[in-house]
Amino acid sequence: MYSNFLLLTLVITLAGIIFIPLLPAGLKSRICFLFVFLNAVATSALAVDVLSGNSFDMIFPGNNFLGNISLRIDALSAWFILVINFTAVTGALYGIHYMKKYEEQKSNLSLHWISYILMHTSLLAICCVQNSLLFLIIWEVMTLSSFVLVIFEHTKRATLKAGINFLIQSHIGVLFLTIAFIWIASQTGSYDFSSIRNFTSEKSALTGIILFICFFFGFAFKAGFVPFHTWLPYAHPVAPSHISGVMSGIIIKMGIYGILRMLFFIHTDFTFVGYFILFISVISGIYGVMLAIVQHNLKKLLAYHSIENIGIIGIGIGLGCIGIGTNNFLLASLGFAGGLLHVLNHSLFKSLLFYCAGNVYLKAQTLNVEQLGGLIKRMPHTGILFLLSALAICGLPPFNGFVSEFLIYSGLFKGIAGAENISVLSFVFSVLGLALIGGLALLCFTKAFGIVFLGTPRNSLSIEAQEVSAGNLFPMYLVLALIISIGIFPEFFVRLLSAPIAMFTSRINSPMGIGVFDSTINTMTLIGICSAGFILLCSFIFLVRRQITREKEISFSSTWGCGYAGDAGRMQYTANSFIRSYRKLAKPVLSIHKKEKLIDEIFPKPVFYETHAEDKLEEKFIDTIIFLLKSFLNRFSFLQSGNAQHYVLYGVIFILLVIFFPLIADVINSLFSFLKNM
Amino acid sequence: MPSFVLIIFASLFFPGIIIRTKSIASGRKGPEIFQPLKDIFRLLKKGAVYSKTSSIIFQIAPAIYFSSVLAAILVVPFGNHKGIISFEGDFLFFIYILALGKFFMIVSSLDTGSSFEGMGASREALYSMLAEPALFILIGCFAMMTGKISFADLFSSLHFGSYISYAIGVLGTYMLVMLAMVENSRMPVDDPKTHLELTMIHEVMILDNSGFDLGLILFTGNLKFAMYGALIANFFFGGFPIHIDILIFAATQIAFAIIIGLIESFMARFRMNHNPQFIFTLSSVALLIFIGILLMKNNLL
Repeated sequence: MYSNFLLLTLVITLAGIIFIPLLPAGLKSRICFLFVFLNAVATSALAVDVLSGNSFDMIFPGNNFLGNISLRIDALSAWFILVINFTAVTGALYGIHYMKKYEEQKSNLSLHWISYILMHTSLLAICCVQNSLLFLIIWEVMTLSSFVLVIFEHTKRATLKAGINFLIQSHIGVLFLTIAFIWIASQTGSYDFSSIRNFTSEKSALTGIILFICFFFGFAFKAGFVPFHTWLPYAHPVAPSHISGVMSGIIIKMGIYGILRMLFFIHTDFTFVGYFILFISVISGIYGVMLAIVQHNLKKLLAYHSIENIGIIGIGIGLGCIGIGTNNFLLASLGFAGGLLHVLNHSLFKSLLFYCAGNVYLKAQTLNVEQLGGLIKRMPHTGILFLLSALAICGLPPFNGFVSEFLIYSGLFKGIAGAENISVLSFVFSVLGLALIGGLALLCFTKAFGIVFLGTPRNSLSIEAQEVSAGNLFPMYLVLALIISIGIFPEFFVRLLSAPIAMFTSRINSPMGIGVFDSTINTMTLIGICSAGFILLCSFIFLVRRQITREKEISFSSTWGCGYAGDAGRMQYTANSFIRSYRKLAKPVLSIHKKEKLIDEIFPKPVFYETHAEDKLEEKFIDTIIFLLKSFLNRFSFLQSGNAQHYVLYGVIFILLVIFFPLIADVINSLFSFLKNM
Repeated sequence: MPSFVLIIFASLFFPGIIIRTKSIASGRKGPEIFQPLKDIFRLLKKGAVYSKTSSIIFQIAPAIYFSSVLAAILVVPFGNHKGIISFEGDFLFFIYILALGKFFMIVSSLDTGSSFEGMGASREALYSMLAEPALFILIGCFAMMTGKISFADLFSSLHFGSYISYAIGVLGTYMLVMLAMVENSRMPVDDPKTHLELTMIHEVMILDNSGFDLGLILFTGNLKFAMYGALIANFFFGGFPIHIDILIFAATQIAFAIIIGLIESFMARFRMNHNPQFIFTLSSVALLIFIGILLMKNNLL
């Protein structure tokens, strides 16, 4: 029955690819949504079944080259499949209305939706496949399809540039993965994932660590850990908003999935691996949010927040690994629970935030924070949705972000409380990092929400912004419903996670076992009650306020301006000034470019002041290296003469080399054997 | 449960004591002790003027701010008596629910589109962001010392034995007092009575609030003070019967209020751009406490 489901998924995908180009433009997105939805239902049914305790394992006879192809859906895959399906479905649903204005680009639209289906299927397949060669192929399908999705507006130069940047960086990541997989395959002769386990359990811990770091780098490019993050802030802003949401929500999570999957197989020194991940994650988290604050493009700001959240997820995973390494059941389960729950949480609030940004872009035609303002009066639904998801991403109760951060924090504090040795230092610095991340996120989202949605408009917008259609809002409220329900019923979701966590904690042979996790679930219940209680408390206070102020005289007047009642819109605090003191503090870490023209005459002319913060790590680690590489490779540019005869010559030389190289090698070989025999 | 009742009770007296201290220190007769409370009650009964620029956020923010502090107070324990809410890691709920209230106050001040209030909002966001890690490390330190991670367990199993632990207690109290000053925007971080919008933090954020909302915000400030006072008082409880604990609580709150009054009378406000440095100092004091505890547990040597 299971194999039927998978077959069904393949058939649906193929049908989608064939049918979508044939449909009229207005129907393409709806039908694509239908196909994505069907795929999601089929695979979710499998995933739910697996999470409830059944397992799914299947081996296809491959050919001589691939070896047997084993497909397995275990609890970890099931969790990711559910996360993928929810975001992919809401993304497609949001995309239906978002893409309406592009209906005249028929073929482009077909390509877009075909890629969407392909991307969804490839994401699902990545979670099932247990064969490294096939894994790489599907990984490539995912990368290419998301590349096509990103460059939808390929007539714009920035879009194309960002897309190519994404493509190249993804492939550097694939390079690392390929090296690691080939290494194992050459040693064991098998492409099956289980050979990783056999390979590493025979070798020393150091081999395992090197192998793991190789995998980690490969997957970190996709996930966006610092310093492998530089494609994210370019690719997210230029993609259509539902794609940004999906990319940030689930595609970068495939990096996390890869790391977790490899952790499951590799036998190595988990304490070291844990500290390694913890360190990189804390750096990613802080660096991501520090850069997010200084961004003035709303989607770029959100893209940097993805880096931050990947950092938070990483802290959870690192903590879990330390737990495995030190045989601490509680630490491991809290760490992995926090990390995995944050995977879901981030996919929810980040996609919602991107959809909100999409609404803003649709109606206001700009994403520059400095030009927006007062949108909540024109787009009340979008404003409230943005506010609530901003609260969630800051990790504030009663929303879902708090629950996962709570799990990670309590893991860290448990680590501190029960610490026996110097390792407590790293926990304390992680707590420090996480607290700083939380505070910075608060600064960032008060800026984003306050400047974009509140106050008065800073620019007369080209189109009078108004609320988007109900069709756009429906998927957004769907996401919001899940965000709030995780906040209020966390115990249900943490209980769902117990199967994936058990996959990791089963390695721990410690006397105190499963019972520890129950106390966490009890705590979760209490948190849910607190969250619900807080909402009730707020409502009660509102009620009281309403009763008392009902009879009172209410009047409206202009904002108090120290006696000045002129153009309020231009007098407002801007995003740039809101973060001014922060920018000064963070100066050593950021590289800030200023453009200014200040008053320098008696009769002043118009003045302006602009700052752009650039990514210092990108300048140092990426741009410099590329520059050096380019200047080196340019020396060989004479080879590219543009003369057809030259290229024919290269071909001939190549063919001759291919023919004669074995001959020469044979000669040398026989020479050596002759010498040896002498 | 006792903590909740007592904190509410203490919050009624708190601002009055501060004001009395200040007036005595400056040689004035000064208002009576309940004057601040009377002001708040008068505000609660008044009508309101709203800015035409503001939206719904401006109207809901004060109530959410008030309920966030109320919810945080529910977590605070009283010696061996737990708070109304208590679970492992409840201090995270405490810190984050306070942050929620702050979030709403910050965005509500941006909602007025004022050139002043944005300034206050910016400062408040930055300072509270810098203060947060200090609080986390402080609690982390005590978690390490006691091996417990809930407010109630943490405070009930804090006992001081050696010189180092007394030093830690003093540093901890210092930190909490200073954190309370930062969080409530009082001297030396901020001067609520300066009457110049450019130099204020919290007060400039609420320039446009009036009537019931303003009263609620002011009362929330008092509650916040009493809440920090209660946390400090928790350092000094040590298994006494409850009536002695109540005495200690009252003494701590009064001493805390008098100290604030004295600081405000005899200290000048820092220059605004030196504030971040000052708040960073708190984090380093927290790290000092951390090293002290490491020393005490012989983990470092």
